[in-house]
Amino acid sequence: MNTVLFEIVLVVVMIADIALLGTSRIPACIRIVAAQGITLGLLPVVVDHAERPHIIALAAITVVLRGFGFPWLLSRSLRMLGVPREIHPPLGYAMSTVLGVVILGYCFWLGARFEVTGSGMTRLVLPVALATILIGLMITIVRRHALMQVIGYLALENGIYALGVGLSIEEQLIVELGVLLDVFVGVFVMGIALHHLHHEIERPDVDLLDELKH
Amino acid sequence: MLTALFIVPLVAGVLALVVPRVVRRVLMPITGLVHVAIMVWAWIVRPPPELDGWIALDPVGQIFLSIASVLFLATSLYAAGYLAEEDPGWRDDIESPLPFINAPEAVFASCFLFFLASMTVVTLAQHFSLMWIAIEATTLATAPLLYFHRHKRSLEATWKYLVLCSVGIALALIGTFFIAVSGQTAGGHHIPLLLSELTRTGVMLEPTWLHTGFVFILVGYGTKMGLVPLHSWLPDAHSEAPSPVSALLSGALLNCACLGIWRTLQVYASAGQVGAARELLVGFGVMSVVVAAVFMVNQRDYKRLLAYSSVEHMGVIALGMGLGGPAAFAALLYAIHHSLVKSALFLLSGNILRVFKTKSAAEVRGALRTSPWTGGLWCAGMFAITGTPPFGLFPAKFAILQHAFAHGYVVIGIVCLLFFAIIFIGLTGTGLAMAQGEPPPALGGATRPQWLLVLPPAFLLTLSLVLGSYLPAPVHEVLTAAGATIEGAR
Amino acid sequence: MMIAMEPLPYLPLVLALLGAPMLRSVINRTKAWFAGRRGPPLLQPYRDLRKLLSKGAVYSRTTTWMFRMGPAVGLSTVIVAALLVPMATIAAPFAFVGDLFLFGYLLALGRLFTVLAALDTGSPFEGMGANREVYFSALTEPVLLLCLATLARQTDSLSLSRIYPAVGVFSWSDATPLLVLVAAAMLIVFLTENARIPVDDPTTHLELTMIHEVMVLDHGGPDLAFIEYTVALKLWVVGQLIVGIFVPATQLTLWGAMLADVVGLFVLAVLVGVVESTMARLRMPNVPQLLLGAGALAAMAWLLVLQVGS
Repeated sequence: MNTVLFEIVLVVVMIADIALLGTSRIPACIRIVAAQGITLGLLPVVVDHAERPHIIALAAITVVLRGFGFPWLLSRSLRMLGVPREIHPPLGYAMSTVLGVVILGYCFWLGARFEVTGSGMTRLVLPVALATILIGLMITIVRRHALMQVIGYLALENGIYALGVGLSIEEQLIVELGVLLDVFVGVFVMGIALHHLHHEIERPDVDLLDELKH
Repeated sequence: MLTALFIVPLVAGVLALVVPRVVRRVLMPITGLVHVAIMVWAWIVRPPPELDGWIALDPVGQIFLSIASVLFLATSLYAAGYLAEEDPGWRDDIESPLPFINAPEAVFASCFLFFLASMTVVTLAQHFSLMWIAIEATTLATAPLLYFHRHKRSLEATWKYLVLCSVGIALALIGTFFIAVSGQTAGGHHIPLLLSELTRTGVMLEPTWLHTGFVFILVGYGTKMGLVPLHSWLPDAHSEAPSPVSALLSGALLNCACLGIWRTLQVYASAGQVGAARELLVGFGVMSVVVAAVFMVNQRDYKRLLAYSSVEHMGVIALGMGLGGPAAFAALLYAIHHSLVKSALFLLSGNILRVFKTKSAAEVRGALRTSPWTGGLWCAGMFAITGTPPFGLFPAKFAILQHAFAHGYVVIGIVCLLFFAIIFIGLTGTGLAMAQGEPPPALGGATRPQWLLVLPPAFLLTLSLVLGSYLPAPVHEVLTAAGATIEGAR
Repeated sequence: MMIAMEPLPYLPLVLALLGAPMLRSVINRTKAWFAGRRGPPLLQPYRDLRKLLSKGAVYSRTTTWMFRMGPAVGLSTVIVAALLVPMATIAAPFAFVGDLFLFGYLLALGRLFTVLAALDTGSPFEGMGANREVYFSALTEPVLLLCLATLARQTDSLSLSRIYPAVGVFSWSDATPLLVLVAAAMLIVFLTENARIPVDDPTTHLELTMIHEVMVLDHGGPDLAFIEYTVALKLWVVGQLIVGIFVPATQLTLWGAMLADVVGLFVLAVLVGVVESTMARLRMPNVPQLLLGAGALAAMAWLLVLQVGS
């Protein structure tokens, strides 16, 4: 039964990745990345059903922060920015979707070449985590709306978290919390920067930040 | 006592948010003094590891900690004077028609102190994850500092810095994970990510994972260190930040990122695998020198000139790390002197900016006449940064090049020499021209020097001069010990 | 290839031929219920067909024999395709290894002739409809084949008649996400193939917004009867591919499974009615996006089946 739950979690993450690439509406993207964060937060509980309080506590905090904390911060910024749709990105949505599927396929191929200790279930996490990382990177690079860059960063961090689970990295609670806190403060600071961006440039288009060259 | 090294600035940072302005300006140098005092004490009394071995003072960390500490003291004194000179309220922007305002001083002071705290943790951390958390924390602490002068260009610099460095450091986290995986032996036993453990069990680490992890960490922390081609945030960030912040960024933060790579090299060396890493580092180093030189040649903004110079110097340090042996010792010595001189130069550039009110090197003339101290120190700094004796960069650079030629990297040595020459021409040509000649008539005659704005850079340059001629024995010992940590089979 | 000679394998075909128009009336009744109306009687499509068959046809002088071939070829390809699709555990009469590829190509052949007939009229509206139809089908065919390939890989067989009995709700315990993904992708293909919302609105009367309807605009009489019947039969046949994923054919008795199948088809029809009543049709530039999304789902299922199987 756990295998099925586990596969469902991974499929949700994969669908979230592709959906992120294909959506131009930013509130939807925020919700997608939040859903991805929630499912990933539950992943350790599904994988390692040893029910240690450490794991459950971490899962709870991850779900709260990634599923509700980050979307709340981002929605606040978005409301203030007032531009809920992506500005024409250089890589169109259809092309991004196709590229995302290609990346997914590549990561599955790559994942088969890793030799990881761990159960058969964790072998599946690796490709999905790698794909999420690559897709998060792609979004940060290709998109023009400043908030989408932050969302891409969040997807990247989601992928890294999944990678940690997939590689069975055992860290102490304090370290995991430290990492999570860093990401949270990072998003918070980015939110403040977005607030100032709103006052300085007419729309949150990263291409408008072009004064400093050479 | 080691924990006090970062608890003190942390607490001071929180305090800075609530105390009145006068106290706040004094709080920074006082914290700096306390920090330097503890740091000196640590030189005399070697403190043991704390927090279960997660915090310890090892040779490399000690070097970088001392640099950061001394630099902070100097820049915090300067900052006190700098903040006193800043206009409250709105004023005209030099480069655009829109006016701008400064961020609240409380934000500046507290972030400045948090910056020191996080840098201290980086130098002390022995656990790779703790080091990662601290390096990410430095990015977050410095972002508000970059945006102190609130105008569009600094916002652009801040945004680029935030996004690029966060993504880069996230890649370094992946690298850290891979190193953790390399420590997972077949028996299901996890080697913890403590430096001491990893170096002790070096040969048991799985080579493919270790190498992949190293590449990711090199790219990740290399972004933060300013290695080409990951450096694009650096000229913007270092030039748009206020001068005391630029000084610390160039002088201390780049070193912290370098430390991340150094520690990974230590693990690599203990696993006997250093060869592959060497080539990568040498490659990145030479690329940084070349690209930085190209951008420095026709550079119009003098702060950007200094920023590209930082890129070049980081390239040389990477080169030294990659060559290993005595070149590693030289790289650390190089880091010390680069930090001292570059910080001094940035502080002086702040003075020049204040007097001449322009960032263009072509419009600055006659600094020697308007502010003799600043102008004189600026000229000395220009010579120092290009590796002219008797300043300390010369022996370090010489040692690195000598090692390169001695061990067969002849082409690299020649390329570096060529580009060093280009950089010398570019830097001194621009820099000295700024000091000489007649000042624009709009400025008055020579003004009385602001001691708080002049003494810190003077002190830093003098220190570099002294250390260039005479290296105290304890320092030499620690440098040798540090250089030996990345020795391994070549 | 074994052409079955006993009567039993032809039972599903007879059911399809008789029951297909009923699917359309179920969809229409569902939509009417949503709109607060009572809707047409359930046997209305049969009456419409009888009416159309008894009418005469008018052919324009600009059309050729292609125009008359269109409906005929369309109907015959769908009937042959129905001969390939199994129901419950009854293997299809024309089943053979690799028949899933033939299935795809048969649908494509029917579509080809419909498009040619549309282009034959020389009318710009039909040409526009043909253009859209071909574009969208170019995106759905790979999706359909990927889905069928995934199922084939999962059940280790290349014949529809071996694949479908092997999948059912109870075999989901070890492959749930896979089958959900395949079912979702196939649903979108189903909606596209049969020109339903959100791809095409069957009740629109504005030619510029039509895809399928506009291609058959100039047909009348028996030709139109053929076309309407083809549409109904395609609903049944492609719907069978989706329902077959759910029906646990091997766990139920033969008649129980067949009943479940038929009920499943009608549930699918109700679902289509619900979708049509609750959703609006997508803007034309966004339809490829939907199809690419279906493609992504199918690709994900394919990757999963390769990974899990290996």
